Amino acid sequence: MCDTCGCSTEGGAVLRKPGESDYHVHVTESSHGDSHHHQGDAHDHGHTHEHGHHHHERKSRTIALEQDVLQKNNLLAERNRGYFEARNIYALNFLSSPGSGKTSLLEKIIPALQKNVPVAVIEGDQQTTNDAERIQALGVPVIQINTGSGCHLDALMVNSAVKELELKDNSLLCIENVGNLVCPAMFDLGEALKVVIISVTEGDDKPLKYPTMFHEADICILNKIDLLPYVDFDVRQCRENAMRVNHHLEWFEVSAKTGEGLGVLQEWIENKLKKR
Amino acid sequence: MHEMSIALSIVEAIESKAREEGAGSISGIELVIGKLAGIEPESLKFCFSAAAKGTLAEEALLNIEEPEGVGECGECGRRFPVSFYYAECPDCRSLRVKIVSGEEFLIQSITIEDQEGE
Repeated sequence: MCDTCGCSTEGGAVLRKPGESDYHVHVTESSHGDSHHHQGDAHDHGHTHEHGHHHHERKSRTIALEQDVLQKNNLLAERNRGYFEARNIYALNFLSSPGSGKTSLLEKIIPALQKNVPVAVIEGDQQTTNDAERIQALGVPVIQINTGSGCHLDALMVNSAVKELELKDNSLLCIENVGNLVCPAMFDLGEALKVVIISVTEGDDKPLKYPTMFHEADICILNKIDLLPYVDFDVRQCRENAMRVNHHLEWFEVSAKTGEGLGVLQEWIENKLKKR
Repeated sequence: MHEMSIALSIVEAIESKAREEGAGSISGIELVIGKLAGIEPESLKFCFSAAAKGTLAEEALLNIEEPEGVGECGECGRRFPVSFYYAECPDCRSLRVKIVSGEEFLIQSITIEDQEGE
């Protein structure tokens, strides 16, 4: 049973809003109003093997599914994507290990970006509304997804969160995923682009150690470059490693602390928004 | 540990298919997990037994096929085995390698047992 609202939900993700302690929405299947009978409906039953008329024997038969394991998430992600397209909402999925500066980066670029485009934010963390509170202080609509034991956001959580956020047409939606360089790579949320962030206090071989994430990403942002004089981090090597994994990556070097490089990043995002 | 949520979604998908077919239980599952799919088969098996408890798939045997990664060089067209995304063409040393196999992640088929006494 849920401790907060007393409902029968066991675990699972919860939506929260900063400063509204009684706001508390469970992410459930029914919350997106679809009974999801998609499984296997593309396949007829021609593959089944009947074994005659053995009335009192257990019959065994093999049924072909040939179904993508992530089909359910992918279908829902495509629905999110369709909704974003129809309303001309540009969604970015921010991914990184914990502590590389995703929230700090958002705190810095959102005030600059929102001069030209409305911005909204979905924050993902296992627990707390700390990040959502930091974003709310910027005066932009924000909702927190607490995944509980979950290690990543999925399309259903984003679908539920989007319904609770009042998104404007022609806006930018920043989705800050759970800090984790492994699992979130597999789950499409319906975003336009995946943005992976690493910081110079991590190793410059991170793209080689966690290649799936860098392979899936469209943009790589190297953060905390103000700390370069104090750490053994080879920027050229790191960039080369990232490009080996994914030669389509757009590469940026920034410091969310000093603001260095943020102008270039902002300009790049604004160009993308103009072209959509 | 995304293997747990994946195990749960597999159980959900196969149970729904098995019920559609009027099955009494699921005795076998054929999965295809490419070596580059980002899934640890051992971890998935472990999670699956927990995820399947109390479902039609509780007794099911998981059979996992693991196709090798194959890359195709964008410069010279050669195909060769790859075990990472950052593969290099053994002939021309190009890094412009497209993954053509190894990313599969499918539920291929299930074997179901009809309800007894039918």
